[in-house]
Amino acid sequence: MADGRADPSFHSPNDPTRHASGSTGAEISVSLKVNGTLHALTLDPRTTVLDLVREHLDLTGTKKGCDQGQCGACTVLIDGRRVNSCLTFAVMYEGAEITTIEGLAITGALHPLQQAFIDHDAFQCGYCTPGQICSAAGLIAEGRAKTAEEIRELMSGNICRCGAYTNIIAAIQQAMARS
Amino acid sequence: MIEFQYSRATDVADALRQIADNPSAKFVAGGTNLIDLMKMDVERPTKVIDITRLPLKQVEDTSDGGLRIGALVRNSDLAYHAPIEQRYPVLASAILAGASQQLRNMATTGGNLLQRTRCHYFYDTSTPCNKRAPGSGCSAIGGHNRMHAILGTSDACIAVHPSDMCVALAMLEAKVHVTGASGDRSIVFADFHRLPGDTPQRDTNFDAGEIITAVELPPKGFARNYSYLKVRDRLSYAFALVSVAVGLELDGDTIKEARFALGGVAHKPWRDPRAEAALHGQPANAATFARAADVLLREARGYEHNTFKIDLARRCLVRALTQAARGTPQSQSSKKIA
Repeated sequence: MADGRADPSFHSPNDPTRHASGSTGAEISVSLKVNGTLHALTLDPRTTVLDLVREHLDLTGTKKGCDQGQCGACTVLIDGRRVNSCLTFAVMYEGAEITTIEGLAITGALHPLQQAFIDHDAFQCGYCTPGQICSAAGLIAEGRAKTAEEIRELMSGNICRCGAYTNIIAAIQQAMARS
Repeated sequence: MIEFQYSRATDVADALRQIADNPSAKFVAGGTNLIDLMKMDVERPTKVIDITRLPLKQVEDTSDGGLRIGALVRNSDLAYHAPIEQRYPVLASAILAGASQQLRNMATTGGNLLQRTRCHYFYDTSTPCNKRAPGSGCSAIGGHNRMHAILGTSDACIAVHPSDMCVALAMLEAKVHVTGASGDRSIVFADFHRLPGDTPQRDTNFDAGEIITAVELPPKGFARNYSYLKVRDRLSYAFALVSVAVGLELDGDTIKEARFALGGVAHKPWRDPRAEAALHGQPANAATFARAADVLLREARGYEHNTFKIDLARRCLVRALTQAARGTPQSQSSKKIA
């Protein structure tokens, strides 16, 4: 909202996923891939990408923190780019490929970032971790950050209220060195 | 969020037809501000027209040596676009000073211009706000106004424009190309955003039935002597208390041309030709910069919690001019202010 303060207690009373039915009479069909699986869906247009993965596809690894684009807990990759899934409507992504935390591990092996977060104890409560890891995957793909200072700046969209930042940076540096 | 109809526009003409059909429709592209405001019930469009498929995603050279940026170019793509980095580094720097990489990956050039203020009271539908509900009063005057404006305010509104990118565009004297039912027009950047006056509900001189197609940069990019300095409550991912975009043209130590714009201090990116004129032909030193700051802030007015911004703006301007004159622009990753 106003100055970057997250208010995790706030949820819109009109969040469509909180009601049993969409009830708009104007639902929209959309086909998109999530973690490599094609889904053909009919959605209330108010459904955010975050609510799509959590409520419709039962992929609850992606977290709802502030639901206002201020905390980064909802970060996913859409067509390879990291975005806040809470601030975008799923119906806008016809034909897109979405990757969530559940889609990073390949055939049972942890993604190098997942392993690095474990190696460096880069979390405490873990709530921000899926967003941190998806964001870091986007960061590494962008190739813009080299130093710890640059990683810190380009990871600033992911808030960790436990304050695990030092270990998060170390984990990302480890994964970056091996990528 | 209220229910709305969703549709996709196929081209600019289709987008204009669709918005003409429904006065309460809104275009969505990046959505990073619109969707936030819809969740808060501040924006209540009954139709949302998705314009992300329109062919407005190119950055092209213009015949006069400038650049034309399509309205749908994402903020991160623009900041890392090589001709922007090389010829207009102040713009790249300003973009990277704003939001987070996730948001910059979504937000578009046109949408950045049209984002609304982050005034707490504008967002809080339980409080009076002349911008959200004209005539209801301003809760920020006499309220929590630490983030608010010190220049160009009115008795109706003391909100600030939140953009960093627009501060650089104002300094660079960009032009905004728009298309509407009556054809194409271009708006010089200084005339795009408005001061609040007694109509704070109108942020811009852009009309509801129009669409931004491009932002054009003139040839002069101040690539040698520039800086974008942003001061905020934390090191990253926060709105400006004060920001300054500076471009200088020097002849030895003498200032041939000086331009600057400020963010975080007014309802629009703040340019002041008289303050800039105080620099022209003068030696590039601290005394000259301080005189320009005196002119800039001659009519500044603090409210209960933001009077500190007057001194802060003075220091930021002097520091940014010093950085630009030395050819040592502010880094957006190292936050040490040199």
